[in-house]
Amino acid sequence: MDALRQGLRGVAAYFRGVMGADAYQKYLEHHEACGHGMPPMTERQFWRDRMDRQDTEPQGRCC
Amino acid sequence: MGTQPNAKRPESAPSDVLEPDPELPPPAVDDAVREAEERRWTPGKIALWVVISLLGAVAWFMLAIVRGETVNAMWFVFAAVCTYLIGYRFYSKVIERYLLKPDDRRATPAEYKADGKDYVRTDRNVLFGHHFAAIAGAGPLVGPIIAAQMGYLPGTIWIIIGVVLAGAVQDYLVMFFSMRRGGRSLGQMAREELGVIGGTAALIATLLIMIIIVAILALVVVNALGESPWGVFSVGMTIPIALFMGVYLRFIRPGKVMEVSIIGFVLLMAAIIGGGAVAGTEWGAAFFHLDKTTIAWGIIVYGFIAAILPVWLLLAPRDYLSTFMKIGVIVMLAVAIIVVRPEITVPAFSEFAGRDNGPVFSGALFPFLFVTIACGALSGFHALISSGTTPKLVEKERQTRFIGYGGMLMESFVAIMALVAAISIDRGIYFAMNSPASLTGGTVEAAVQWVNSLGLSGVNLTPAELSQTAQNVGESSIISRTGGAPTLAVGLAHIMQQFIGGTAMMAFWYHFAIMFEALFILTAVDAGTRVARFMLQDSIGNFVPKFKDTSWRPGAWICTAVMVAGWGYILILGVTDPLGGINTFFPLFGIANQLLAAIALAVCMAIAAKKGAFKFLWIVGLPLAFAAVVTITASFHKIFSPVPAVGYFANNAAFAKALADGKTSFGTAKTEAAMEAVVRNTMVQGVLSVVFVVLSIIVIAAAVVATVKAFRNGGGHNHEDAPRPSRVFAPAGLVPTAAERELAAAWAKVPADKRLDRPVHH
Repeated sequence: MDALRQGLRGVAAYFRGVMGADAYQKYLEHHEACGHGMPPMTERQFWRDRMDRQDTEPQGRCC
Repeated sequence: MGTQPNAKRPESAPSDVLEPDPELPPPAVDDAVREAEERRWTPGKIALWVVISLLGAVAWFMLAIVRGETVNAMWFVFAAVCTYLIGYRFYSKVIERYLLKPDDRRATPAEYKADGKDYVRTDRNVLFGHHFAAIAGAGPLVGPIIAAQMGYLPGTIWIIIGVVLAGAVQDYLVMFFSMRRGGRSLGQMAREELGVIGGTAALIATLLIMIIIVAILALVVVNALGESPWGVFSVGMTIPIALFMGVYLRFIRPGKVMEVSIIGFVLLMAAIIGGGAVAGTEWGAAFFHLDKTTIAWGIIVYGFIAAILPVWLLLAPRDYLSTFMKIGVIVMLAVAIIVVRPEITVPAFSEFAGRDNGPVFSGALFPFLFVTIACGALSGFHALISSGTTPKLVEKERQTRFIGYGGMLMESFVAIMALVAAISIDRGIYFAMNSPASLTGGTVEAAVQWVNSLGLSGVNLTPAELSQTAQNVGESSIISRTGGAPTLAVGLAHIMQQFIGGTAMMAFWYHFAIMFEALFILTAVDAGTRVARFMLQDSIGNFVPKFKDTSWRPGAWICTAVMVAGWGYILILGVTDPLGGINTFFPLFGIANQLLAAIALAVCMAIAAKKGAFKFLWIVGLPLAFAAVVTITASFHKIFSPVPAVGYFANNAAFAKALADGKTSFGTAKTEAAMEAVVRNTMVQGVLSVVFVVLSIIVIAAAVVATVKAFRNGGGHNHEDAPRPSRVFAPAGLVPTAAERELAAAWAKVPADKRLDRPVHH
């Protein structure tokens, strides 16, 4: 049962990764790792910034 | 091997630059250890590969040699998977070892440019899924279906062999070279490697090719939705659903991507089910019953608005929805085919394999089969994705083989499954659905009579079969629903109803399939228009600097309008084409896509030559030569063929002459206006073919010149970013090897704060 739950959790985490849902977490990790003085963006700020940057740097999608 | 003694600059960086940090475990498995591991053939390993080879051989034997009444779909799956495994394990290894020579001691852009936003080291398995979702779309679901006109075998061979030797090679090389250049785009690499003329030709070709690809994809959607109230309603609903998701993510719960995707998915399912109910009512059927021209204009207006709206409002949420659906649908299709294992009655080679006047697409097997199936075997569009986004996320150099080569194998498998789904339906129905209305006549009786008059073996279509199928899938008619998408939807519904729900569920599955194809395509239309707009702004910016400023509204709108007008014009031509639309325009889509592949491979060849890897240049030269021969031959057929069904200008001349002779109907064009439309359309198609082929020949010639020059000098200028030592480790493939596991365990013991350099900061 535990193994099953762990497996499901793994699948969910994988999906989150593929969809890019864990982007903020990764940003925080990076921010922490390079340890500069400024506080990190809040989650709301981060997503706003991420979307707005896509306005000027569009990512292609294939046929 | 490989490094030429007289190369201007040694291929691998001087070892002192990549001297690993003595406090850390090594960032790569020792070369000697890895080599030994790869070359050690244990009995178990040998047995495994013998079994894979034998199974693959039997499967190919069943498909290609045995001529029974039917062939089981499982043989397609086995032939594909076994060939992919062999290609991945052996051929991509050759490319890695002798041509690319990745060095895990070097940091990737995701490490040395890390910013937590665009450059982020990403787990290889996650990135595989991410990259796959970016490259796979409606293309592999459409081409193989149209190509099924010639029987199943030519398409199957091209999809499976083509991907191993060409498509996956292209994706892998482009990704690797872009990664070594900090994630530069294909256009930037072309300019750097091929000079001004080659680079400019590549840029213009890419822009034009994007216009034609977006136009034909939109044409597929229009054909799938025309006269289908159910389809129009449920696909139309994706717009408010996406807007809602956008607002939700922006203002209500930012960053809850999974949550909003699941909500969106549920709403989508509701839209499909609701579509059936709405189409069942009188007002719904009347209101959502739109002709193709109206839908085409709707998509044009939508495309313009979507490209100028902020990304967060429409594009990003639609993309989440599309990715979510993509993975789900593909898993579902694979499970259904394996569980149901349909029997295929389509012959290996059909009556049209040896002719050049098939009703679904015209032209002989060589070269037109190879352009009709582009995505799934070799797709130039992938080069735009494989350069740019994915290389900025790769964690270690060696992983590009798994992600680039492996990701493309996955897409090829999707194409095989689409082929299986499409050929699992009755052949009579296939031809009734995929032949233009000018041939089928558009009514049940006329279509049945026409299909039966084709003299296809084993085909005896009855009116009842046609109307029963239409009724089962919830449509008023399925005659001349060209473009591939409706055929795939019928095939999928046919397979899925045996798996879940029976005949009662067929209408749901049909519209489910139409929905996801439309979703993929509209995402590609939005994103394609936007990417093309930025490329255009950048190009015009070279002459009028103001255009480089992407936040300057008038510039953005003008460039968007230009791009939309470009593909919109071709879309309208396709929709109103008296000859059918898809059958005359689809070859142009394939030629465009393959020419882009030839351009990408040409750039790769120049890069490989400048690296000094002359001995293994054939790895790039082989697919490049094939793509060049196929596309240039196909273009020449389209331009010079005297057969009106094949040559655009021959057809143009035939219709122009008929008009001059005062005829009021000619061939399938029944009015003078229709004849004039044919004259105009064939001229546009012909001119586009000429422009494409000329631009591509310029790019390929520039690459050949660069290659020869590099050969004379024993190498050339290296545009890679300077090597930097890596301070991280991750395994290369899906399953870590013993040595990789050992090294990963050593890295796990290193305290986190020691692992990374503190990057210099913004």
